[in-house]
Amino acid sequence: MTSDPCQLQLAPNGQLRHFLTTEGLSKELLEEILHTANSFLDPKGQLIQKVPLLRGKNVVNLFFENSTRTRSTFELAATRLSADILNLDIQRSATSKGETLMDTLWNLEAMHADMFVVRHADSGAAHFIAEQVTPNVAIINAGDGRHSHPTQAMLDMLTIQRHKGQIEGQVVAIVGDILHSRVARSQIHALKALGAAEVRVVGPATLLPKDIEALGAKAYYDFSLALRDCDVVIMLRLQKERMQNALLPSESEFFKLYGLTAEKLALAKPDAIVMHPGPINRGVEIESAVADGPQSVILKQVGYGIAVRMAVMAMAMSGQQTTQAGPEAP
Amino acid sequence: MKYLHIRNAHLIDPARSLDSLSDVYIAEGKLVAIGHKPPEGTIERTIEAGEQWLVPGFIDLSAYLNEPGYTQKGTIARDTQAAAEAGFTHICAQPHTRPIADSSAVIQLILDKSSVAGFARVLPLGALTQGLAGEQLSNMVSLRNAGCVALSNARFPIKDSYVLRRLMEYAATYNIRLFITPNDPALACDGVMHEGPISTRLGLAGIPETAETVALAQTLLLAEQTGARLHISQISCARSIDMLTEARNRGLNVTADVSLANLCFTDETVNGYNSRFHVEPPLRSEADRQALLAAVNRGELAICSNHRPHEIAAKKAPFAASEPGMSLYRHFLPLLLQLIQTDELDRNAAIQALTELPARALGLERGLCESHLFNATLINPSALPSEEQPDDLSSPNTSGQPGMATATFVDGFQVISSH
Amino acid sequence: MHLPDIDATCQALSNQLQTYLETYPHSNPMIIGIRTGGVWVAQHLINTLNLPEPLYSVDISFYRDDFNQKGLNPKVCGSELPESLENRHIILVDDVIMSGRTVRAAINELFDYGRPASITLACLLDVGQRELPIQPDVCGARLTLQPGQLIKLSGPEPMTLNVV
Repeated sequence: MTSDPCQLQLAPNGQLRHFLTTEGLSKELLEEILHTANSFLDPKGQLIQKVPLLRGKNVVNLFFENSTRTRSTFELAATRLSADILNLDIQRSATSKGETLMDTLWNLEAMHADMFVVRHADSGAAHFIAEQVTPNVAIINAGDGRHSHPTQAMLDMLTIQRHKGQIEGQVVAIVGDILHSRVARSQIHALKALGAAEVRVVGPATLLPKDIEALGAKAYYDFSLALRDCDVVIMLRLQKERMQNALLPSESEFFKLYGLTAEKLALAKPDAIVMHPGPINRGVEIESAVADGPQSVILKQVGYGIAVRMAVMAMAMSGQQTTQAGPEAP
Repeated sequence: MKYLHIRNAHLIDPARSLDSLSDVYIAEGKLVAIGHKPPEGTIERTIEAGEQWLVPGFIDLSAYLNEPGYTQKGTIARDTQAAAEAGFTHICAQPHTRPIADSSAVIQLILDKSSVAGFARVLPLGALTQGLAGEQLSNMVSLRNAGCVALSNARFPIKDSYVLRRLMEYAATYNIRLFITPNDPALACDGVMHEGPISTRLGLAGIPETAETVALAQTLLLAEQTGARLHISQISCARSIDMLTEARNRGLNVTADVSLANLCFTDETVNGYNSRFHVEPPLRSEADRQALLAAVNRGELAICSNHRPHEIAAKKAPFAASEPGMSLYRHFLPLLLQLIQTDELDRNAAIQALTELPARALGLERGLCESHLFNATLINPSALPSEEQPDDLSSPNTSGQPGMATATFVDGFQVISSH
Repeated sequence: MHLPDIDATCQALSNQLQTYLETYPHSNPMIIGIRTGGVWVAQHLINTLNLPEPLYSVDISFYRDDFNQKGLNPKVCGSELPESLENRHIILVDDVIMSGRTVRAAINELFDYGRPASITLACLLDVGQRELPIQPDVCGARLTLQPGQLIKLSGPEPMTLNVV
């Protein structure tokens, strides 16, 4: 029977053996990911030098959806762990010929990969692959449809931890297209598990799913109201298509209502930080003065992203190894 | 006269207030007597019913058979046999085939295959529009003359309300029955499951309730305007029930059915991206399920199987990429009996919903009546289906649940017998 | 079994290291402790020998050779090393040397930071049972364990030895 993705990613001893979603992970495990990521950074927040931890391991990037940014950070992460990495540009080859996902996976069996990093347009695709591939191959979800982008969420958590001290007790606002955002969903799960005081999602009704409060977030239509007492403001990228599909009238109206300007930011706490998963649309979600301003940590997020990806790759590979080696815990 | 004698069966026919242990005698395809053997004639064969239920044979208002064109998913022979083993004597086949069932040639092909197979009889549903493209009227009268009991849109969209009105007016002219699935494609958009907290959490596009209720409102009002003979196929929302009641109160003669899956399961089953539960209409909330059960119990709603099997490759994919449909025949009786066992469904209401109500929607007779063609099924509610069915990934799991038909009679012929 | 007195052993190690440094005068030696026990011993050496350089540490979690058997240490801390070890004289300190694999991992890690001029190995305890040809240059005490026994140093204050 089909299993729960939250449980499928855990080995019997509780270690991570895939990284599919932040949902269902304990506070302890999420903190372990952050701790491990921090060990790849020096006190200044720079990546430490390359380590031989995953030497001899084969990592394959399976990107069914185009993304040079995310793919290259995974490549960098694998390289810094001394793993061998192969990039498969699947979207251009097999599936355009009508090959099903199952067929593509059969063909990949021969590669003897130790890990697949997967990005796919269908929600649940990473979970599907984790269920179907031979055991012992770790699956890292680099984004599946609208469901989950767990490494992005964890690098956002690391950013908050490094710049605010901890996630516990923080008031966090996530602003923009929540409806289509896998990043937002993953962030909400992680923030709640790590003890954020309040998670606010902000946008017009067309972009806020009706049942988002069931995930533990509070919906706000009024950006100014949502910013009061806010410690962390996360701006989401707005895609141009949203203006075409009867979801938003124009970029200018969106900017007026939900764009982060210096004036709006002043409504939040004076030491609030500004984040964005990137790439930013200047003048649509955020004005340049804020993106480049003193409260913005946007540029730091990229480096943290590599450290987080190194951490989950190391932990998932470790979980796979120890599950095969036997019940004896390290 | 040579009789088939069924001894000591529990006859249940709520429409005729039959609910007792009795014997029946069948000859020349007809039910000749209930109770005592008629004086003339001899008994040729006896079936020891052992208090098994003898009920009128079920009529299925919707099944997706896969011939012609999709034989990797199933064949008429296999599915009509499975239907008969689930207690169905007659099944309405949707016109979604390849080629689409919009010509008398395809209808004839389907009827021939059904007859050669010799299990449950297929009652073809013809396509409401040419190619099911939703724009042009199909040859409705020819289709009816070829043997279609009604015309269906098989959940394919109809271009707009203007076309729907004209379809209804034309059909009404010749008193042709319409089976319409209410679904507004614009509101349903690219949805693959019920729009609710689970679709939000799983990140799957949702089909809001209004996709059904808005289309239903349109369909009911146009039926009122045109006088079309309307049957609403496979509702899934509580709100739809209220709308049907209101329409009936205004004098509209409209019937409706619900798929057994919507009485048994909710959107919770999709958790884990389980493509077995990717179906159309979608499985909705528990509140919807309860309202649908209540409507069946009040005698307002027929039950259909909406059987729609798939090959493994169609289901072994991420949820949105899998094909919608559930293979239900082999699991129909276990699921139905469980609902009755747990008192969610009233036994008599359930039987009526599978016999009398579908018959009414089709203008047929159905019942355990003397001198009628014998269409009936003998059900053992405690027998466990013996064979392990190979898992095709489009079935729900009913292992360990009892319920099987040990004999089914279609128009007087016994097509299923098992021990 | 009779465990050696910690303070006496530390003193012995300290004395030996002092002698060693007088015999082989290295310019500007730096002390690097292997986490975690080696760091406590190294701190002690810095205090008693009044060495000018601060304490550095190396965490070998990413350089171990048993990833396939034991996976990743969930409590990895990270190393604290200067940017370059090029041409430096290093005194590498560990609490207990047994198979020699920990020291092998530490040396590999140090070489990723540059080419040291020399590495001198100082261990508080040597319990034998080598699996690699690695020996301490200075050692506080030698000990023989029963098969299956392991010895652990706890600390930092007070440092105590336990057999498990």
